[in-house]
Amino acid sequence: MKHHFSKAGDPTKNVIVHVMYALVVLLCFTFLIPDAATAQTDGSVPGNISGSAEADFWRDIRQGETGTVSIPNEQAGVLIQSEGDNWRALRNGPLFQWGGWAIFGALALVSLFFVFRGRIAIEKGPSGRTVVRFNGIERMGHWLLATSFIILAISGLNILYGRYVLLPVIGPDAFAFVTQMGKWLHNYVAFGFMLGLAIVLVMWIKDNIPSLHDVRWLLAGGGMFSKHSHPPAKKFNAGQKIVFWVVILCGISISVSGISLMFPFEMQFFQGTFQILHSIGITYFPTELTPMQEMQYSQLWHAIVAFFFIAVIIAHIYIGTLGMEGAFDAMGTGEADTNWAEEHHSLWMEEMRTSGKLQEGEPAAPPAE
Amino acid sequence: MARMKFLCDAERCIECNACVTACKNEHEVPWGINRRRVVTINDGGPGERSISVACMHCSDAPCMAVCPVDCFYQTDEGVVLHSKDLCIGCGYCFYACPFGAPQFPQVGNFGTRGKMDKCTFCAGGPEEDHSQAEFGAYGRNRLGEGKLPLCAEMCSTRALLAGDGDRVADIYRERVVARGFGSGAWGWSNAYPGEGS
Repeated sequence: MKHHFSKAGDPTKNVIVHVMYALVVLLCFTFLIPDAATAQTDGSVPGNISGSAEADFWRDIRQGETGTVSIPNEQAGVLIQSEGDNWRALRNGPLFQWGGWAIFGALALVSLFFVFRGRIAIEKGPSGRTVVRFNGIERMGHWLLATSFIILAISGLNILYGRYVLLPVIGPDAFAFVTQMGKWLHNYVAFGFMLGLAIVLVMWIKDNIPSLHDVRWLLAGGGMFSKHSHPPAKKFNAGQKIVFWVVILCGISISVSGISLMFPFEMQFFQGTFQILHSIGITYFPTELTPMQEMQYSQLWHAIVAFFFIAVIIAHIYIGTLGMEGAFDAMGTGEADTNWAEEHHSLWMEEMRTSGKLQEGEPAAPPAE
Repeated sequence: MARMKFLCDAERCIECNACVTACKNEHEVPWGINRRRVVTINDGGPGERSISVACMHCSDAPCMAVCPVDCFYQTDEGVVLHSKDLCIGCGYCFYACPFGAPQFPQVGNFGTRGKMDKCTFCAGGPEEDHSQAEFGAYGRNRLGEGKLPLCAEMCSTRALLAGDGDRVADIYRERVVARGFGSGAWGWSNAYPGEGS
């Protein structure tokens, strides 16, 4: 353009054109000045007002960037927490399905066992004489643990499955009422469970130390799969010891995760656990957790342990009631038939005899039916 | 049928918290409950931005999916509402929500929560429209009066938009076009690192 004008000939005209051109250019630049002053640096193109890298800015927010808020709750500074969607997917997916299978599986196994093995009878029949097997404190601890466990298990299962199982049957209002009661029961009965757990632990831990007899008992399948096999055992056989340690370990774990759910956002149990796992080479889990993630992990773990616990207890309830003749009396009345005790806890009976806690030679009462 | 949506224009929000205050006042929510909050990123630093956030009324709402008593429902306009009569205050919706929307008054022993409270898009609840019961539990039903959420209605910089998603998108698209952006364009900093950021 300039070249074209300079060729035009008339010098005065040329000067005027140049001045006007300069003015136009200046005028153009004045329009650009505000933008240029704020965003145009190092000669690059104009940017947006605040000049941040938009994509990165929003990506960070999407991935949980925490800002500041003017309210006291600092947690509110998180704009987006994606972990909630992972929690939802796990809870409504695998936890829901596998948990259901665990319980159905336990019931199916117990039923199969009953069909093929039937009720395990006292081989010699009841003697009519009894031996004191569990004293009052032991039974109180057991039944406190047992009743609270059943209440906790049912109210807990209702939280996960009730919406699909019970709600369509009794309607939303009744179901909400039942579930609200269940939640309160779950919160309060939990302390009864913990007390029962403590009593049981104190009363029975000395009888549940693993020993060589347990290996022999386990190798013989506990005599559960053959009619005339009765491997020797002390007060508790290996199967009972397994139940004991499952109850104690699951009980403690489920109590701890339960307390962190009961006092939300107060405790950080999983961060420490994952750091320990990390130090022994298991790097799958994050070692830094937000309080929200702690709650999500607590809920998942609480439920996973609960399902395993319930499955084990289904087997325990079966063998203690329907599955074996004479077993319930031991915990029901505290007194077991001597023939039952002789068959299932021969070494314990010997101990009782040598310590003189068992009076021999009593007149045999007619067998009770 | 309109699909209700919120949009907060981070280029406009000045963190005045008027949306928060208006919401509290309009619905007379209890002390400690924040249906809406303003989060500031890089507070006091270069590129500071503020975003007003509340329940985003998700299409596939996580709160609805995890609620043990199924107390949520979604209106034809996409607004996610819930029944406080059914809510048991378990807090699961809060664990699932990406935006931290559900709020719980602390009542009773332990962590026993009261009934969940959250943004209703000014659409009330399951009670009879404009009844005292509805106002007491869920706040004003402005949508039922033909009005849009108050937080957005009174936003002084028009940063917070609320209403039919298509209309909100149109308004925001116009803004983006008018701003021109340049080096603020999406992906610019990745394509030309170190230039014009």
